[in-house]
Amino acid sequence: MSAGTQEYQAVFAGKPRAQLEEVLTRYPTKQAALLPALWLVQRERGWISDRSMTEVAEVLGLTPAYVKGVVTFYTMYHQHPVGRNFVQICTTSPCNLCGAEDVVRAMLEHTGAKDLGATSSDGQWTVIEVECLGACGFATPMLINDDFIESVTPERVAELVKKYR
Amino acid sequence: MGYPHKPHAKETVVLSKHFGDPEARTYKGWVRRGGYDTLHKALATDPAAIIEEVKASGLRGRGGAGFPTGLKWSFMPKEKKKPHYLCVNADESEPGTFKDREIMRWTPHALLEGTAIAAHAIRAEVAYIYVRGEFTEPLAILEKALAEASTAGVFGGIKIYLHRGAGAYICGEETALMNSIEGKRGNPRIKPPFPAASGVFGMPTTINNVETLVAVPPILKNGAAWYKAMSLSNPKSTGTKLFSVCGHIAKPGNYEVTMGFPLKDLLYELSGGMRPGRTLKACIPGGSSVPILNREESESCLLDYEGCVERGTMLGSGGVIVFDDTADMVYQIMRLARFYAHESCAQCTQCREGTAWTTRILERILTGQGATKDLDLLLDLADNMTGKTICVLSDSCAAPVVSGIKKFKSEFEAYIAGKKRPVAA
Repeated sequence: MSAGTQEYQAVFAGKPRAQLEEVLTRYPTKQAALLPALWLVQRERGWISDRSMTEVAEVLGLTPAYVKGVVTFYTMYHQHPVGRNFVQICTTSPCNLCGAEDVVRAMLEHTGAKDLGATSSDGQWTVIEVECLGACGFATPMLINDDFIESVTPERVAELVKKYR
Repeated sequence: MGYPHKPHAKETVVLSKHFGDPEARTYKGWVRRGGYDTLHKALATDPAAIIEEVKASGLRGRGGAGFPTGLKWSFMPKEKKKPHYLCVNADESEPGTFKDREIMRWTPHALLEGTAIAAHAIRAEVAYIYVRGEFTEPLAILEKALAEASTAGVFGGIKIYLHRGAGAYICGEETALMNSIEGKRGNPRIKPPFPAASGVFGMPTTINNVETLVAVPPILKNGAAWYKAMSLSNPKSTGTKLFSVCGHIAKPGNYEVTMGFPLKDLLYELSGGMRPGRTLKACIPGGSSVPILNREESESCLLDYEGCVERGTMLGSGGVIVFDDTADMVYQIMRLARFYAHESCAQCTQCREGTAWTTRILERILTGQGATKDLDLLLDLADNMTGKTICVLSDSCAAPVVSGIKKFKSEFEAYIAGKKRPVAA
């Protein structure tokens, strides 16, 4: 083994393995468990590395290239590590009309993430713009990790950042 | 407006009856409200009789296409030779639409009950509820409800599973949704074969929207005639529908009204009208994929499938986006085009290139670099994007662009002529 390379710890051992086995019973093909399997990897590791894609491929009888093709299609799978708090803010038209872009600016400023998609220097925050979150009547909605937060205004941002920091 | 709130006197509350009532989320609470009664009876009824009743009710698909639900169910093979599947489309992602989210948050058992009845009607042993990945709260609520109801054994031999999406608008297209369940990229499939012949896993499949399925138990409980009588304008549009009102409006939220309800009343009475001192400029009545209406058209539009077509638009998903006189239509249409460019699966050239170039040309106009011929170019592009691709995402991008240029041309011309300050796009 070359210097600096750590041995890969499999995701699908113990509890995640048992969960995957249960998921496999829901579908007539192994391949259909791919999206759930990728969610399990992301839950365990925070993101999905090339090595993890290879593991998923091995477990489900697919090729690593096929798995990567699926991972890259869906926007919610992280192909790189992200901040401890991952923020997704809707800026599609209905929210845009209600000032979503001001919320994004406030969030970038208060978190120190500065640029969309970048991670703050303390590793705490990554902020991205997303298309419609399906809560247009509660502009501006955002996801902080798995928490869905409605009706965020620039004024509420400081309090939210404090809560999650 | 969030829940709980008292329904407006002009609302007809059927699907949203228990919104805002946390007890209705629990299995016991749902049973106490008469829930699962209809399912028990349905499971003991011949599937063909259920299909006939739903056909007679006039219920049409609430996801956007408005296809008659009973008829869709009747396309499933009469002789069962292979496993049948039901897919529930809970991938609600159409800008302006947030009704299914509210249904799943407040009445998860209504969806499970409708799902089980539909599965029985099409003789499916397995139903997958495809919930968009961002809907963390509805997912958690549904998961709990499903566990409770499964433990109580109400579904007979029918198995219901939740399948979480992972961020892709296109997976709301029924064939893309099936590919996504199969563990593939969410590319729409060429039709035929239609899902009833070859759907998920190559088996006969029916795909129904959340709101469509929650309408089924009340229809079976109260009868097709009761449902059909709820119609204010056209006998082809029956029952109630949830309308999600958002954008520049005093009281955004979901409102349930009888088909044929005037859009004007929905905007000015139920939703509280414009913000103080503002006037209505435009409205998209059926989610971002349908043509934009100007003020006059909006104020004379009846909310049913036919009434919207009469005004040159579509009822779609019932996502009502309101623009007041402060809205920059060029900027907002660019944002919509950018949405479709972002969400294109990129299979078809017309869509992949068309949505991207439409966005770039609109950005160019906004930054003051546009030319008069750009408007013709946009319309020409839109023509090439309409009716020429595997699915309708490309058409959906063209709809607001074409109607926007037609109805708000002077706003585009102002940017092109340098009469309006350029904006960063």
